[in-house]
Amino acid sequence: MGIPNQEISETMSIPMTSGEVLDREYLEIRAKILQLAASFDRLDRADGDVSSDDRSDLISKGLEILQSSDNNRAEQIQLLFSREFEDAWREQFGI
Amino acid sequence: MYYFDPHIHMVSRTTDDYERLARMGCVGMSEPAFWAGFDRGSVESFRDYFRQLTDFECKRAAQYGIQHYTWLCINAKEAENVELSREVIAMIPEFLDSPNVLGIGEIGLNKNTKNESIIFMEHVDLAVKYDQQILIHTPHLEDKYQGTRMILDMLTSDSRIDPSRVLVDHVEEHTAREVLDRGFWAGMTLYPVSKCTPQRAVDIIEMCGAERLCVNSAGDWGPSKPTAVPDLIMEMRHRGHPESFIKKVVYDNPIEFFSQSQNFSFTPPEER
Repeated sequence: MGIPNQEISETMSIPMTSGEVLDREYLEIRAKILQLAASFDRLDRADGDVSSDDRSDLISKGLEILQSSDNNRAEQIQLLFSREFEDAWREQFGI
Repeated sequence: MYYFDPHIHMVSRTTDDYERLARMGCVGMSEPAFWAGFDRGSVESFRDYFRQLTDFECKRAAQYGIQHYTWLCINAKEAENVELSREVIAMIPEFLDSPNVLGIGEIGLNKNTKNESIIFMEHVDLAVKYDQQILIHTPHLEDKYQGTRMILDMLTSDSRIDPSRVLVDHVEEHTAREVLDRGFWAGMTLYPVSKCTPQRAVDIIEMCGAERLCVNSAGDWGPSKPTAVPDLIMEMRHRGHPESFIKKVVYDNPIEFFSQSQNFSFTPPEER
């Protein structure tokens, strides 16, 4: 779990072509990008500075993942915003 | 298309919802025990709740031609109260012979704490002792990955557990594959904001395949949509998936999983 850019394409079976997917989702993608842009503008207009907030760093890293050409970007975003798993959790809990 | 919602909290919904679900093709559902929105104070509160799940709710569903099943437990949020949790676990066997009880659930983790883990394992013991199937809740948001790994860790290290009789619910992109690869059933919950959207759920189906994969609405008292499974059906149709493939996900799969429970006696609509 969590291996970047796994060979997911082997199991893909979406019946639509990429052109059909883009036709269907272009306006939705556009709207979501616009919503992000407006959120970042709102953050800039507000008083204060969140550049040192860990969440700002996570958001920046998330945007980098979106711009990659990997075919498991959603999984990578999920892992980015996840707490890490430690194999020794039972020892830490004493159970 | 007929469908089965394998995870929905109807005690939180109105009778109008039952009618709407029936009109949209819902012919069966299973309702895991869960958090009421507040921590209950005594084992008697749970006894009344289990009576509601095993006696009242199935009758309400039957008025609309929906066959209602249920799962019993004390949920992970209340598992921090270990003393109360143990009282509830000791009381659950009183209800296991009720005709609509499928097993123990939804047990799991919430904040991935020591007490939650202890009570999870005691629920698993109960399920093994009474030969019950298990339905598992995985945590939300940033806790999901860690909690799912912990749950899989506990289950796979217990040789008494048959993965094919356990469904791990609320999987998403980063947890679905490992749950399935280890032989468990997986459930995807369709929520308007958190968890999965119908579009992302169909993506996961396309990437992981439809074997041992179910979808549910988990409709409850919070922001949720009890008719989310029909939304998924529509999304699969829009993408051009064949009806037989859609039916496998929303009808055949939950019935196949539940059929392993001794109390499951579902009658298909065409045979009624």
